[in-house]
Amino acid sequence: MANQQLNSRNPRVDLEYRRRKSAEEMRYQVVSFSLMIFLTLVAFAAVAIKGFTAWFTAPFIVLLAFVQVIFQLYYFMHMSHKGHEAPSLFLYFGLFFALVMALAFMTIIWW
Amino acid sequence: MHAEEKLTYETWPAEPERSTLEAKNKFLGFWLFLGGETVLFASLFATYLALKDKVPSPEHALAKDLYDLPLTFVATMLLLTSSLTSVYAMYHMKNFNTQKMMLWLGVTVALGLGFLGLEIYEFSHYVHEFGHTFTSSAFGSAFYTLVGFHGAHVTFGLAWILALILRNYKRGLDLYNAPKFYVASLYWHFIDVVWVFIFTVVYLMGMVG
Repeated sequence: MANQQLNSRNPRVDLEYRRRKSAEEMRYQVVSFSLMIFLTLVAFAAVAIKGFTAWFTAPFIVLLAFVQVIFQLYYFMHMSHKGHEAPSLFLYFGLFFALVMALAFMTIIWW
Repeated sequence: MHAEEKLTYETWPAEPERSTLEAKNKFLGFWLFLGGETVLFASLFATYLALKDKVPSPEHALAKDLYDLPLTFVATMLLLTSSLTSVYAMYHMKNFNTQKMMLWLGVTVALGLGFLGLEIYEFSHYVHEFGHTFTSSAFGSAFYTLVGFHGAHVTFGLAWILALILRNYKRGLDLYNAPKFYVASLYWHFIDVVWVFIFTVVYLMGMVG
């Protein structure tokens, strides 16, 4: 997946290869966008259809959100490419604090 | 390669956003900033979750009275699509096509403006129809801080992308401005990441109860 500079010592071949690589990647982007739209539709439908209990719907739509965010991070923000080790560390560290904070606020604060 | 070098379609590097030392630093620094933004939004989400529906008296509107599914859906579609259009812009940036990159960034800005318009309508609707204001309840404060902070990010992102478009319209792409466009598009995607959690945790879960 990594869009790396290549050294075949023939610039035309390299360019041709890169062009095809990024066109291919663009197709992946469109596929992941379609999946994100689909996940969004499922989440809205799960709420619009009144048949489910909150105990099912709430965890289900949160799960869908996480899946959608993985698409957004790894495809749209290119985290699947090489050279994203430090960005991953920063983001997962942030996410760790995020989850701890949400958990703490929801369990410690009450009225 | 250095930032001011005049490049052609043939000599344009595969990763223009990380081809100079300055660009590498910018890239790394920006991701560190996004990690910090995650923590910032997490604290606002946590506050919202703790204070949801905490109102001083029964006549105050609760989450399920306020939120409107179709409006949230349209806003979500606008922002999601604007994320795709900024991916298109970066695709053309990698292919050294300044005009098409500018065009797609323009589309991104237009969609972002649409989203912002809907949010302004939504807030004024809540204030005038329901008396749901920043100071009316703890719920109101938490809601407007979280969603408003996101709206402020959208506003800042729009101003940022617009400034880049105007500043670089005649200049064309080089290794000095390519990382700037790339980082701005990362910011725009991050705004969408936050919105995914807002529409799920605030709006959809608010309507579930």
